Amino acid sequence: MTSTVDEKPATGAPPARPRRRRGPGVGAGEGALSLLNGTFLLFWGLITTLPLLWAMISAFKTNTEFLGDPWTLPDTFRFENFERAWTVANIGQYFVNSVIVVVISVPLTMLLGAMAAYVLARYDFPGNRLIYFGFVGGLIFPVFLALVPLFFVVRNLGTLPLVGTALGLNSHLSLALVYVAFSMPFTVFFLTAFFRTQPTSIAEAAIVDGCSHWGLFFRVMLPMARPGLISIGLFNVLGHWNQYVLPVVLMNEPDKKVLAQGLAALAISQGYRGDWTALFAGLVIALLPVLIVYVLFQKQVQAGLTAGVLK
Amino acid sequence: MAIKESTSPRAAVRPRRRPRHGLEHGKYGFILTFLLAPLGLYGLFVVSPYVQAIYISLTDWTGLTAGQTFVGFDNYVRLFKDDQFLIALRNNGILLVIVPAVTVLLGLFFASMLNVGRRGRSGISGVRGSGVYKIVYFFPQVLSVAIIGVLFKYVFAPTEAGGILNGVLNAVGLDALAQPWLGDPDFAFWTVVLVMIWSFVGFYVVLFSAAMQSIPKEIYEAALLDGAGRYATFRHVTLPLVWDTVQVGWVYLAIQAMDAFALVHIMLGISGGPSRAGDVLGVALYRAAFNNYRFGYASAIGVVLLLLTLIVAVLFMRAARRDRVELS
Repeated sequence: MTSTVDEKPATGAPPARPRRRRGPGVGAGEGALSLLNGTFLLFWGLITTLPLLWAMISAFKTNTEFLGDPWTLPDTFRFENFERAWTVANIGQYFVNSVIVVVISVPLTMLLGAMAAYVLARYDFPGNRLIYFGFVGGLIFPVFLALVPLFFVVRNLGTLPLVGTALGLNSHLSLALVYVAFSMPFTVFFLTAFFRTQPTSIAEAAIVDGCSHWGLFFRVMLPMARPGLISIGLFNVLGHWNQYVLPVVLMNEPDKKVLAQGLAALAISQGYRGDWTALFAGLVIALLPVLIVYVLFQKQVQAGLTAGVLK
Repeated sequence: MAIKESTSPRAAVRPRRRPRHGLEHGKYGFILTFLLAPLGLYGLFVVSPYVQAIYISLTDWTGLTAGQTFVGFDNYVRLFKDDQFLIALRNNGILLVIVPAVTVLLGLFFASMLNVGRRGRSGISGVRGSGVYKIVYFFPQVLSVAIIGVLFKYVFAPTEAGGILNGVLNAVGLDALAQPWLGDPDFAFWTVVLVMIWSFVGFYVVLFSAAMQSIPKEIYEAALLDGAGRYATFRHVTLPLVWDTVQVGWVYLAIQAMDAFALVHIMLGISGGPSRAGDVLGVALYRAAFNNYRFGYASAIGVVLLLLTLIVAVLFMRAARRDRVELS
C-alpha cells in the first residue's frame, strides 16, 4: 500500500485542469472492453440463476419430462409434485420442525446474546475481559471438534430427571439450545461492539430518573440497539434455518429432522426410488421462502451477513 | 458480595462511565444474573465439548470400549499412517488455498465492474444494471449449503438420472465434454470445489462492493484525468483502498472453506465419493465417530482441523501486522 492516493483527499475542489471532453483513460477500445466486461457479468448472473431456475421448472414436470430434453418446459404445471413432496416425502414435517427450532432458538439467541454483550460492554468487573475473549475465542474453533462430546452431552441431558423428557437427542428444544450456544460467540462479539458505541448520556439521564439496571437495559438500551439487533437477528435466522451438521449429529429420528437435513437425506436415498420431481418440489419448498425473504429485505440481509466480516 | 467502586486498573484507563451511586447498588447481582444463562449454555454445549474433545483425542475410546484409556499421541501417530486421512488432509489443503484465491479474484473483478467499471465524461461509476447483479449474485449466500449440495448433486448427475449439465452438453453437441462428474475420482473433488466457489463469490462481490462504495469518487476522477487506464486504476487506486477488507475476507474464506462437510457429504456421500478421492477432514471425522464409533480417533482429526484453523489465523495476523508496518 505505497500509493499516495490516501494523501489526496480531494474534497470536491474543482479540478485544476480544464476537463477534456473525454478523459484520457477513456480510449477508443473502451466500448469493446465494456462489452466484454458486461458479458462476464451477465455470464456469472446466468451461472447463479440458471441452476435455481432449472430446479423450479423441474419441480413442475413429470418424471418422464424431467429425464427428457432439458430445454423443454413442462406440459402442464404439476402441482401434485408439491403435494407428494409435502406429505409422502415428509417435507411438510421437516418444514414444521425447522420452524419450531428457529422460533425457539433465534429469540433466545438474541435475548441471551444481548444480555451478555450489554454487561460486557458497559460494566467493569473482574473477569470481564476473560469472559469476553472466552466468547469471542469460540469464533475460531471448528464445530467439528466439538461433535463427539456434544453428542454425548446432549444424549446425557435426556437421562436427567424431570427436564430429561424435553431434552436429549431428537429434541427440538435441545437442538435450539445448542444453536443458541454456538451462536453466542458471533452475537456477543457483534453486539458488544454495538453497545459500546451507544451514547452514555442517555443512560446517565435514565439513571438520574431512577431507572434500575433492569429498566435501563430493557427500556432504554435494548430499544436503542434495534438496528444492530435486526442485523444480527437476520444473520442468526438464516444461520439457524440453514444449519446442517448439528442436526445431522443430534437429530436422527426420521420425524425429527429439520428441512435442510431432511431434504439432503431424501436426495441421498432418492437415487434408489426415482421420484425426482417430488424431490425438486421439496427443493423449491426449501429455497423459495428464503429467497423471497431475501429479495424483500435484501438491503438488511446483505448488511447483516456482511457485517460480520466488516466489523 | 462486596460492593466497591470499580478499582480495577481498566477503569482507570477507560473512564467511559462514571460510577453512580444508584447504579453501584446491586451491580454485581445484576451482572451475575445477566451472564448466568449465556455462560451456562455456552459452557455446557461449546466449551466443555471442546475441552473434552482434546482429552478424548488422547484416549482409545471406541463404541466397544467401556471407558477411555489414556494412550498419549497414539491416535495422531495412527492418523499420519492412514492414507485416507492424508487424502482428506490434502483436499483440505487444496480448499484452503484454491477456494479463497479464486473467490477473491472473481469477487474483486466483479465488484470493480459493478462499482467503478464504467468510465465516461461523468467520471467513473458502476455498469448498468449493477443493482440487479448485486441482488442476484448474493442468492447462493442465503441458501442452505445443504440445499446447494442437493441442487448440484443433480446438476452434475449422469444424464439418465436427469443431470442437466451433461444434458445440455449433449444437446449442444459437446458430448465429448460430458463426464460422470461426481462418479470419477479425478473430477469428484474438483466439482465440489467449483460448487463451493459458486456459492461464495456473490458474498464477496457484495462485501468488496461495500468497501469500494466508500472510496471517494474524486479519487477516481483524479485518476481518470491523470490518464490512468482501467488496470492502473484498479491496481493503484481500488485495490490499495479495499486491501483491508480483502485480507479479512481471505481469512474468513479460508475458515469457511475448511468446512466442506455438507457439500461432500451430500454430493459425494459419506465415504467421500469414488475411491474416496473427495474426502475432507470434516467427513472423515464424522465417519470415524458416527459410523465406526472410533471416538478417540475422530477427536484427533478434530484437533488437526483446529490446528489448521489456528495456523491460518496466526499467519494472517502476522501478515496483517507486517502490512501495517509498511504503511507507516
